[in-house]
Amino acid sequence: MDFFLETLVGGLLAGVMYALVAIGFVLIYKASGVFNFAQGSMVLCAALTFVTLRDKGLDFWSAGLVTLVVMVALGVAIERVVLRPLVNQPQITLFMATLGLSFVIEGVAQILMGASVHELDLGVVDVPVEVGPIQISQFDLVAAGVAGALVIGLSIFFSATRIGVSLRAIADDPQAALSIGIRLQTLWRIVWGVAGFVALVAGLLWGARQGVQFSLTFVVLKALPVLLIGGFTSIAGAIVGGLIVGAADSLAEIYIGPLLGGSVSTWFAYVLAVVFLLIRPAGLFGERAIERV
Amino acid sequence: MTRPLLELRDVSLSFKGVKALNALSFAVDQGEICALIGPNGAGKSSLLNIINGVYRAQAGEVVFAGEPFRRIRPGEAARRGIGRTFQHNALFSRLSVTDNVLAGLIRHSRTRFVEHAFGLPRDRAEERDFQTRAEEVIEHLELSPFRDSVVSTLSYGVQKRVDLARALVGRPSLLLLDEPMAGMNQDEKREMSRFIREANERLGATVVLIEHDIGVVMNLARHVVVLDYGRKIGDGAPEVVRKNPEVIAAYLGAVH
Amino acid sequence: MSSIGSDAASDFIAATPDALWPRVRRALPIAALLAAAFVGAPAVGDDYWFNAILIPFLIMALAGLGLNLLMGYAGQASLGTGAFMATGAYATYNLMLRLPELPLPASLALGGVIAGAVAVVVGLPSLRIKGFYLIATTLAAQFLLEWTFNQYGWFSNYSTSSSISAPRLVFLGYDLSSPVARYLLTLTTATVVTLVAARLVRSQTGRIWTAIRDMDTAAAVIGVPVARGKLTAFFAGGFICGVAGALWAFAYLGTVDARSFDLDRSFQAMFIIIIGGMGSIAGSFIGAAFVVLLPILLSRVAGAAFGGAVDAGQLENLQNVVFGALIIVFLIKEPQGLAALLARLGRRLSSPSRR
Repeated sequence: MDFFLETLVGGLLAGVMYALVAIGFVLIYKASGVFNFAQGSMVLCAALTFVTLRDKGLDFWSAGLVTLVVMVALGVAIERVVLRPLVNQPQITLFMATLGLSFVIEGVAQILMGASVHELDLGVVDVPVEVGPIQISQFDLVAAGVAGALVIGLSIFFSATRIGVSLRAIADDPQAALSIGIRLQTLWRIVWGVAGFVALVAGLLWGARQGVQFSLTFVVLKALPVLLIGGFTSIAGAIVGGLIVGAADSLAEIYIGPLLGGSVSTWFAYVLAVVFLLIRPAGLFGERAIERV
Repeated sequence: MTRPLLELRDVSLSFKGVKALNALSFAVDQGEICALIGPNGAGKSSLLNIINGVYRAQAGEVVFAGEPFRRIRPGEAARRGIGRTFQHNALFSRLSVTDNVLAGLIRHSRTRFVEHAFGLPRDRAEERDFQTRAEEVIEHLELSPFRDSVVSTLSYGVQKRVDLARALVGRPSLLLLDEPMAGMNQDEKREMSRFIREANERLGATVVLIEHDIGVVMNLARHVVVLDYGRKIGDGAPEVVRKNPEVIAAYLGAVH
Repeated sequence: MSSIGSDAASDFIAATPDALWPRVRRALPIAALLAAAFVGAPAVGDDYWFNAILIPFLIMALAGLGLNLLMGYAGQASLGTGAFMATGAYATYNLMLRLPELPLPASLALGGVIAGAVAVVVGLPSLRIKGFYLIATTLAAQFLLEWTFNQYGWFSNYSTSSSISAPRLVFLGYDLSSPVARYLLTLTTATVVTLVAARLVRSQTGRIWTAIRDMDTAAAVIGVPVARGKLTAFFAGGFICGVAGALWAFAYLGTVDARSFDLDRSFQAMFIIIIGGMGSIAGSFIGAAFVVLLPILLSRVAGAAFGGAVDAGQLENLQNVVFGALIIVFLIKEPQGLAALLARLGRRLSSPSRR
């Protein structure tokens, strides 16, 4: 039972970090209907930039600040160069464009900063902490704490501020939002900038957890089932979806993997997500559009 | 006394608690042209969507050709002979006019995938038959010059005619037309009215159409049903409905 | 039924010289292309051309074609191309292994049918879900199938290494293991499959697919069998990708290895049809030529520019940047791909009167 709890808690903590990446998607999807496949590359790009700057001798906060500027600039640039010319195109076209974008970002980042694995030390010691009967990784605890704080912060930001209200208005009815004077492009720029910021935090946490390397981009593949379960349009959905995926993933690895004779982590979350989808075609928190003809 | 081809009995529909249709009943006789009028948001398109199965009515039933149903699958409605055009352009935008019209015949197809893949005789024969039928309708609606054009390159008025051709080619017994003349000038409207009347008289299709232009409606329809906020406020011959004070207050009075 | 026999005859009789000429003129460039491919290339090509360029080009063109039917014609986006290819490869391998009496074309075709059937199962959720949600279900298939082939020894005949050498290719007593023979096998298969695909997209099935792609709700309302159309698209796409996968394993690599059918392969197929042209059969070939040739070209150019001292990893990064950028440029500037670009160019050249 203790072992089960330990696995569950470890999974939930990982789930918070999935949720963090998923929220980056949700923001952009809500604002502009783009499923941003390049989010994973942005995470890699942020982590690579940060460690490169650290290697160059910058201290933690300066490196963080410079990376933040780079990432926000990258987000804004993507909006301007790639997505604005594709306004009003089918969603699938936008998706493919971000797929191309991910190849560009990954390629450029690795050409400039190398492809070798970098250590990323955030100064958190990774020793197990005893919580009641179970042991939890201290790093996971801190990372989940940071991610959780960011998730809550973003939810508040987007539910209480003017920007958040505009965002919801646009998601509900782009035409109406435009007509009452919401500046769509300003909003897109803000959202892409925020996505750059989220990528930075995710990049630091994930990079410290598993080393800064190409495989960081696979975070995007972990976040996708989270979105399928939670729905593409709901921040709450991203959180709940992240927790479900995190918990299910680690439990399946321990309890289902051995039955099938191997690691199931590459696909389990996806199959779970498909099952969810067949029951709720727009995710747990997503709203199904009424089809008009 | 003709038997009604289509009858609605106490049909209700709501979206997220907002009533779109409220216990609506009326009947359309075999062979008539019936116009649905009413201000925007009166529930006219929703009504068509229920008749051919896009939406499901929460209460009440639809009787078509003597058979009642609450919900019908869209494809099933088409197979039973309910044809439909759309308010907003719903053509297959990257296909040619001919291919769009041919798509209207797919429900009559008896050939299968393997026959298509290898061009077996049955498929070839059917293809020739369909081409002939499509060609007939294309000529009839004076679309021949645009036969091979991709529909997205055509003018709005022509596209509306392609939509009608696609619905007509399957020889529907009931034809639902959702604002077939929206956005047209007077000449185009006159032309479209002629095509609709011909479909009704020559092909024997019963027509239910939504139209805002009262002049067109009075000229074309023998039967008018007036909706307002999901309720029926008028039902009868055009000249009778026109004098109904409630109709005048709700709708006719507002439009000039 | 008596009319069936006479259909072909009446076709022939009705085809007066006037009606025949445009058909001949349309078939002429294709016939010339086929003659060059079947006769010209074997006469002048060397092993490098067959092994490094022509064979992978034809196979990836087939994979692109399979995805193009599914995505470009029927509008069902998929990232499961690699999985369908793997299914075709493993199915054909096992057919050859366990039913050695089957002739090679039958094993290939059956392998394709099995891949098509698997694709239909993968496509079942498309009856309920759309768009990105559907892409994710094809991703689920990609990961699950890749894992399955690696995980269970039965698929690879309990071979100890994860890649297994393919059995010798023999047909009618001829050994097909020389480069030129493998090229001809690939070319013949590609020709037959492409001709059937070209027929399909012009037939009623093609009309069903494009109707679903352009406007699925309207298609359902006018009686187009949407569910059947989606599933036949998954079958046809899966079949062609499966055949491509089998050829990739047998005629190109000489091994069956699930790792060569990973997600990157699915991306590559998608790039082929974006660059070549969605909803265009010729586009699949043009895109494949581009995707196969560009890396070779890039490495030559880089080699010449830096005196041969280019790091392989950096070269791959450069390739990724170029492909990614091209994808974006094509989506913005020419969403119909190179096929449309070339067609426009051809029209301009053939009507010189208009400037």
